[in-house]
Amino acid sequence: MRRREIIAGAGAALLASPSVAAESTTLPAELPDGTRAVAQFVNLPDKRRMLRLTDRPPNYATPVNVFTDVVTPNDRFFVRYHLAGVPSAADMDGWSLTIGGDAVNRQIRLKMSDLLDLPTNQVLSVCQCAGNRRGFFDPHVAGVQWPDGGMGCAVWRGPALRDVLKAAGVKAEALEVWVGGADKPPMEGTPPFRKSIPIEKAMDGDTIVAIAMNNAPLPLLNGYPARLVVPGWTGTYWMKHLTNIEVSAEPLKNFWMQTAYRVPAGMFPVQLPFKSQATETTVPITELVVNSLIADPLEGDEVERSGFTIRGVAWDRGTGINRVEISLDGGRNWQDAMLEKPLGPYAYRRFSLPTGSLRPGTYKLMSRATNHAGERQADKLKTNPGGYHNNVPRPIAVVAR
Amino acid sequence: MKPLWITMLALLLCRGALAQDAPAPLKPGTGDDVASAYCNACHTSDYIIMNSMFLSADAWKAEVTKMRKAFGAPIDDETAAVITAYLAANYAVPAKP
Repeated sequence: MRRREIIAGAGAALLASPSVAAESTTLPAELPDGTRAVAQFVNLPDKRRMLRLTDRPPNYATPVNVFTDVVTPNDRFFVRYHLAGVPSAADMDGWSLTIGGDAVNRQIRLKMSDLLDLPTNQVLSVCQCAGNRRGFFDPHVAGVQWPDGGMGCAVWRGPALRDVLKAAGVKAEALEVWVGGADKPPMEGTPPFRKSIPIEKAMDGDTIVAIAMNNAPLPLLNGYPARLVVPGWTGTYWMKHLTNIEVSAEPLKNFWMQTAYRVPAGMFPVQLPFKSQATETTVPITELVVNSLIADPLEGDEVERSGFTIRGVAWDRGTGINRVEISLDGGRNWQDAMLEKPLGPYAYRRFSLPTGSLRPGTYKLMSRATNHAGERQADKLKTNPGGYHNNVPRPIAVVAR
Repeated sequence: MKPLWITMLALLLCRGALAQDAPAPLKPGTGDDVASAYCNACHTSDYIIMNSMFLSADAWKAEVTKMRKAFGAPIDDETAAVITAYLAANYAVPAKP
């Protein structure tokens, strides 16, 4: 049977399966007890069902069942803020973007109409919180206790950052691009949330100022009206409500770059080292690690012993997914899943595996992805103080009847 | 210790439109009112509960220090000691023997 037929057959079988339309209703047992006590599935004003971790500042995870699709709908896309001063849509009336700094020839201010006049780029890319799956760290570490859903994949559209910067005239000595947004610190002494990226990444044509997400305006809580999109890099650089950019010959020195969002030097692979922010011992967390997620069936589901199809997505920092393996027995034996056609190096790549008939009993499903650079998900958690980059395959228990 | 009303005012000013429900209450105990007032100025007490019960007393002390030094929370030494003691007593894991 050809692959297409297998997938079509699996799809038909799935339509009859009761688990298809099911929403996640349970919280993973690995989360801290306190997290399990406060986290709730709720509906937000411009979102559908989301897992609320905290509401001020707002942190909402996407339910796992949503990841049966490559594109995460805007009204299911995760929300993450550091600072409680979230702007309203009205606050964004008359929005503009200033571009300045010591490494441009002139300071300029762009209105939305100016951005619309620039050539448009588009990228299908995963945006993943650096702390996604922190809640599964063992031992637990302090921070927002994300389960799996601190991520999403969308079609981001807008001018390339390099085209936006062109009007200001970038000087040869430019080292970093510093970005800031409209969200405000709650206290006078709280450092404003500002981040920087190296000039090489800023000049990559896939780094864009997104003014549309899945062919619609960005939801307020995902950065309306414009956010920076840095494909392959963790969400911390994807500045929401982007209002100011500075191009500088100096590294940005603040809490968000020098203290937070750092990992031990050499622990995780990167293609483009962020040299201007590196120290001997730590580096900023930048490129995503290879990872995957089973979105169907869900933890605790009853499945047909006549067979069911395991489905999910895999992603990495932009080399692309080369292989996904599935285990039904908690990681003892692995078999190759089928991969769907890649939709771009930064997008989710869907995988599936029909199990065939099974004996009744409990099965511990796991997925394990390998990227085109040959990097495979870690067998053992690489512990780090920030609780970042957890890509250890996680067993999903289901019962075949 | 800073007057409580200043903190409460700050809390009112930065409550976002998103807050749907009253935040989960903190466990009753010595210092719960102080912890609630000061911590809630910038974030709901869900942040505390979410991070329990796995931090040590020392780790909670470090969190309070981080809020003061890195995030600029206007908390003086005396108040910080009250908050730290409350968190250690109610949300820390017992020290391992």
